[in-house]
Amino acid sequence: MPKLSTAYHKLLEQWHTLTGCKYFWPVFMVAGLLFCAAASTFEFLDLYLQLILIYVGINIILTVSLNLINGYMGEFSVGHAGFMAVGAYVASLLTVHVFPEAAANILFPLAILAGGVGAAFIGFLVAIPSFKTRGDYLAIVTLAFCMIVKSVLENIDAVGGPRGLLGMEKLTTLPWVFFWTALSVWVIRNLVYSNFGRGVLSIREDEIASDLMSVDTRQVKIIAFVVSSFFAGIAGGLFAHALQFINPRMFDIIKSTDILIMVYLGGIASISGSIIGAVIYTILLEILRPLGIWRMVLMPLMLVLLMIYRPRGIMGLKEARLFMPLSDFLTEKLWRQKKKEANDAST
Amino acid sequence: MVYIFQQALNALQLGSIYALIALGYTMVYGILTMINFAHGDLFMIGAFFCFLIAVYLHLSFVPTLLLSMLGVAFLGVIIERLAYKPLRNAPRVSAIITALGVGLFLENFTLALSPYPQHIPPLLENTTWTLGTLSISSLQILVIVLSLVLMLLLDFIVQRTKAGMAMRAISWDKTIVPLMGVPVNKIISLTFAIGTGLGGSAGMMYGLAYPVIDPYMGIMVGWKAFISAVIGGIGNIRGAMIGGFILGAVEIMVAAFFPSTYRDFVAFTLLLILLIVRPYGILGKPQPQKV
Repeated sequence: MPKLSTAYHKLLEQWHTLTGCKYFWPVFMVAGLLFCAAASTFEFLDLYLQLILIYVGINIILTVSLNLINGYMGEFSVGHAGFMAVGAYVASLLTVHVFPEAAANILFPLAILAGGVGAAFIGFLVAIPSFKTRGDYLAIVTLAFCMIVKSVLENIDAVGGPRGLLGMEKLTTLPWVFFWTALSVWVIRNLVYSNFGRGVLSIREDEIASDLMSVDTRQVKIIAFVVSSFFAGIAGGLFAHALQFINPRMFDIIKSTDILIMVYLGGIASISGSIIGAVIYTILLEILRPLGIWRMVLMPLMLVLLMIYRPRGIMGLKEARLFMPLSDFLTEKLWRQKKKEANDAST
Repeated sequence: MVYIFQQALNALQLGSIYALIALGYTMVYGILTMINFAHGDLFMIGAFFCFLIAVYLHLSFVPTLLLSMLGVAFLGVIIERLAYKPLRNAPRVSAIITALGVGLFLENFTLALSPYPQHIPPLLENTTWTLGTLSISSLQILVIVLSLVLMLLLDFIVQRTKAGMAMRAISWDKTIVPLMGVPVNKIISLTFAIGTGLGGSAGMMYGLAYPVIDPYMGIMVGWKAFISAVIGGIGNIRGAMIGGFILGAVEIMVAAFFPSTYRDFVAFTLLLILLIVRPYGILGKPQPQKV
């Protein structure tokens, strides 16, 4: 059907001109923030929908930040829930025990930030063994860190031990989630397309070669782990104040697997893929809620089928034009064209 | 003194179960360089098969053991054929993710069918001998002896038989060996069958020794067994056995001298230190990276 495809291409072109416009992002941000603020003050979205949107935002932060390590740097980290736990506990302890109750609302971003910094510190510690160990062994190191965090939290009675921590106010609102989500996507996107981001990619392709090309692999690994765990901590803080209850068992390997599924569903090394993966996974889980426990059977089955038939995920190694700098977009276009020409010439 | 001997017995019991599961991890890793994260859940399935057979078929100990081992081995081969084989040439991460997915599937499927923890009926008369203050149960002896027998049997298969030779050859070199007429697919299936069968037997023994079973029991035990495999040097069969006993001993010692909630903490810290100091395990060989 040639007509449909030309119509599609026209639409795509218009979409590209729209998103390529220099005012697109500022307008989108302001509109989004206003929409979220309006939704939470006037409640034209009911509370259930708002909660789902909050979870979507938190999952986007988690997925995008994990993609920095698992997708762009090509390591296999399975301990993301551990960083999230640190952020959740630090932020909750601050709002519950340290900050005066009257000012909790104003100081909330500080608490979230502190949660991020706490998680970033743990991320820094994990980065140190990653200098020498790689691949499966690094995966085990991250997992061990996650388990140690959980185990330590279970043994500290001051934070509730295995019973968990209560008493947070519902401070996570839709505008805040939008703000932090946009911030994390913005930071990681800019990081990936910066000079530093080239270093991250070069480690994925070949660590020794990138070392020889004078990439400071240690520094790159530290920064990548710190940034990734920082945003995981922020997501944890938001999660704690959305649910108003946390306990160590929430942040075990099952939670990490959830984040991994979102990353690989959306596709590695792709910001847009991460967003798509997080949105689809979160919403699908909600839609399938009537199935009860069977939805938890269906989801892993879907993951296995996805891995067999499309191992790269939905957007694997591809990026939406929206998140690419113009120069990268043009280079990729040129590269595709050349590849196509070479293919045509050979056949 | 008696107390130490008692704890040593407990350590041997736990260690032999870890070692049996660790063998499955290490065999699959040796032959496919892939971590089968569903293995811990196959261990859980083994315990549930044992429960089903004991409750509905009323068989005695040995047929129950054999049947549940066979069932788990069959399931392992099917999983390999359906889920892992299509990914043999895909990036390694996809295989790992698939394994995680299969594990989650097994857990949640079992949870959907049996939402409550189950209790395995005692298959054997458990007699307890007391020597002074020391008490030894026949179950304990049975678990230890049976695991040792299974391990010796495995060692015999791998070191002395033709199939075992083929397994070792495939883990040595994957491109040349098929050219020598070794049926790679059959050998891989056999490896999965043996590895998961051992895991199933461990599930049954665990279910008899600590009688409450639930669908999520495989996660923690599976990871612990995985740690054992890494401690011994993953891919190395004798290493996995040693690693299992080391981890079992460490855990029991921690539980004996500290509050038992520190068990996981110590186990994982041990793993972390070991990985930093000796990343290739106790019996593993360092593999220099070629440029």
